[in-house]
Amino acid sequence: MLPLLISVIPFGLILGALSVDRGLSPLESMLMSGLVFAGSAQFVAAGLWQHPIPILAIVASTALINSRHLLMGAALESHMRGFGRIPGYVALFFLADEIWATALRRTIEGPLTPAYYFGLAIPFYVSWLFWTTLGALIGSAIAHPERYGFDFAFAAVFLVVLFGLWKHQRRLLPIVASAAAALIVWKLAPGGVWYIFAGGLAGTSAAILTAGRAP
Amino acid sequence: MALLTFFGMLAVTYGARIGGYWFVRRYPVGPRLKAGLEAVPLAVLTAIIAPMVLATGPAESLAAVATLLLAWRFPVLVAVLGGILTVVLLRMLVG
Repeated sequence: MLPLLISVIPFGLILGALSVDRGLSPLESMLMSGLVFAGSAQFVAAGLWQHPIPILAIVASTALINSRHLLMGAALESHMRGFGRIPGYVALFFLADEIWATALRRTIEGPLTPAYYFGLAIPFYVSWLFWTTLGALIGSAIAHPERYGFDFAFAAVFLVVLFGLWKHQRRLLPIVASAAAALIVWKLAPGGVWYIFAGGLAGTSAAILTAGRAP
Repeated sequence: MALLTFFGMLAVTYGARIGGYWFVRRYPVGPRLKAGLEAVPLAVLTAIIAPMVLATGPAESLAAVATLLLAWRFPVLVAVLGGILTVVLLRMLVG
């Protein structure tokens, strides 16, 4: 919980600062965080932002980046049967990568309850809103965030989550297949987000094809 | 127009978040597809970080190894902060 809330600080600040730099107002930055609540898509949207706003390009990019949530929601479904219909669909609004990964990690230790899920999602949502808005207000004061290693925080958090999942599942093939596919597509189409899609598809396919066999 | 853009983004994002969930809830999945769904977290997380960890530079790759080694023995926060500290130090050293 605490690492999650800390990991969001650099991203929120940088996204807010970047958004203002691209011509969004602080209020618009806050609204985007509150309504969309999807970090990587928001970064891409801020990058595409100009006047007049290229709505179609931004919405299409968002759809592509967030298509992974189709698989993520499906993967969480069997653990959310105790939620009930309405709380289940409310909970899914908050299904950002970090929430999803932490919720899945929870299922290793015990059942995923609505109390645990919302106790995780709501503070995370509020802090995302807070730090993006603060970043927008501070504006472009944060120069060269890579100097402080902020850009690596995302990778570090995901590595630790990945390690935890691997300890439980002990499956290496989906990881190798995904990394290979992601790297190839990333090299071929730099700047795009297809590599996430390609890696997800390759790793999942590898697992389906080798189902019932080790590793 | 900004608000319209945000609502468009909201629609496709929330659509994806409930779409897969809705589908497997309605159509039960077999053991093969279940194995696939279980691998989704591994596959997607790997894909997101693969360029940063494997193809950015030696500082990032070595810091990733340091993060994993720390995660093996220490709590999450120590591993994450240790990884970030490693990348900052290595970037100073290897540029």
